[in-house]
Amino acid sequence: MGDLGGGSGRYFIATPLSYFWYPIGFTLPSIMSNPAITLSHISKVYANGTIALTDFNLDIGEGQFISLVGPSGCGKSTVLRMIAGLGKMSAGSIDWKLEPRKLAFVFQEAALMPWATVQDNVRLPLKLAGVSKRAASSVVAEAIALVGLQGFEGAYPRELSGGMKMRVSIARALVTQPEILLMDEPFGALDEMTRSQLNSDVLDLWLHKRWTVVFVTHNIYEAVYLSNRVIVMASRPGRVIADVAIAAPYPRTADFRSSDLYNTYCQKISHALAHVPPAAANL
Amino acid sequence: MNSRLKVPMLRQGLIRQLLSPDLLAPVLVGILMLGAWELGVRISGIPPYLLPGPILVWQTLIKDWGELFPSLLITVQITIVAFIAAVVSGLLVAILFAQSKWIERSFFPYAVILQTTPIVAIAPLIIIWVRQAVPGESSTFVSLVICAWLVAFFPILSNTILGLNSADHSLLNLFQLYRSSRWQTLIYLRLPSALPYFLGGLRISGGLALIGAVVAEFVAGTGGTQSGIAYQILISSFNLQIPRMFAALLMTTVLGVAIFAGLTLLSDTLLRNWHESAVKQEN
Repeated sequence: MGDLGGGSGRYFIATPLSYFWYPIGFTLPSIMSNPAITLSHISKVYANGTIALTDFNLDIGEGQFISLVGPSGCGKSTVLRMIAGLGKMSAGSIDWKLEPRKLAFVFQEAALMPWATVQDNVRLPLKLAGVSKRAASSVVAEAIALVGLQGFEGAYPRELSGGMKMRVSIARALVTQPEILLMDEPFGALDEMTRSQLNSDVLDLWLHKRWTVVFVTHNIYEAVYLSNRVIVMASRPGRVIADVAIAAPYPRTADFRSSDLYNTYCQKISHALAHVPPAAANL
Repeated sequence: MNSRLKVPMLRQGLIRQLLSPDLLAPVLVGILMLGAWELGVRISGIPPYLLPGPILVWQTLIKDWGELFPSLLITVQITIVAFIAAVVSGLLVAILFAQSKWIERSFFPYAVILQTTPIVAIAPLIIIWVRQAVPGESSTFVSLVICAWLVAFFPILSNTILGLNSADHSLLNLFQLYRSSRWQTLIYLRLPSALPYFLGGLRISGGLALIGAVVAEFVAGTGGTQSGIAYQILISSFNLQIPRMFAALLMTTVLGVAIFAGLTLLSDTLLRNWHESAVKQEN
């Protein structure tokens, strides 16, 4: 049993997924697309006086893969929580162009119910929506297959490795057919091998599903590899210091990680993080 | 897949458990102690009305079984009824308290007072009151059940409240995100999260219900057909039938251990698949 957790990457082979992007071809999901969500002048001050976010503005385009990068305390997770409607904003507004708001959230930790099997964990959003077990079964099976966890339907979370738990978490996000996927440092606790495997799997899924993704990370390399747009943030108070478009075509292969273009973007972002302009004087 | 792996492991584990030092060592110590006790009693010539040897206690137990066992059954009845009442009321009150911080704030101190009032001190009062309300044969039974319930109620209440409030924060957010109703969150998240705590409370309360029943029987001190094992202990001490007293004491202790073992088994069975406390892991 202990062996199940061994190498999650091995159980998930990218090839079954890869056929999804051949029909799509090498199209570049447009960067300048219709805005799906507009965040205007958002501020968040916590009860203890911490200014998590100040005057945050962001147009999230339909189909974009946006990463929020920054040091801890820059409010990047707060942005996600505000979009998800978890917690109140102190000021500002969020304008939704997409209705109904079909969004899914993937948390930093897998946040699985330890008493439920993989199947039951994945089915949870449908169960809460009142979908019967029978009606949900095919959607659940499809989601589990998409993240490469066939054969583990009956396993409990404690029998899975960290990477596999994240896959369950992603499968759970898939079952409601979301249009917007919010991911809060989902792979932060994983080892490098598992992380890069999951990164390319998430990209495959994104190309297949045409989601809008907002991805929070403190890892610059991950952000550049995944996104077509990287928002660089600074802390105290939380604010945007750079908005970098990553103009590299999809699908991005392992070669992209060693390309000059990739390195240029990484350097550009780390330079921005190292030379933070002072916050506006009126704060 | 997992159950197939587990079955032979469990069977092997049972044999190993019976031969394990965890069981062998205390059994060996027990046998040595009993031997030393018997030997000491015989050599020193202590009269049996001060300290009987274990062999005499055993003989008395067999000889008086016909009188002692029916009394034990009365105590078992009181304990079980009080325990079930404590489980049901503890669980329901805990769920009620978890609905609002205000309810918990307002009523929890009184639950504490209920717990900290010594049962010996209020048992006579309860017996008098119940005699007014429920005349006749069943009056003693009811008052003893109330006393035992008072003792057993609190651990279940406080443990279950703790459990209901310790649901994983990300999961709570997830439930909120999928617009889970209060009822759904309770059934699918809070109650399963509370299960290990609830079961921990159950193990404490099982023993306490027995203690409560025995203490209340001492206070009630009534004979007749409704007399429990504590009454036999009391009468034996009045009549200087010390071996009989020991025999009755032994029965009470075995009953207490059996209750604890039964509830531990229940707890391990319910939590086997997911909770750390019940998961056996090799390092």
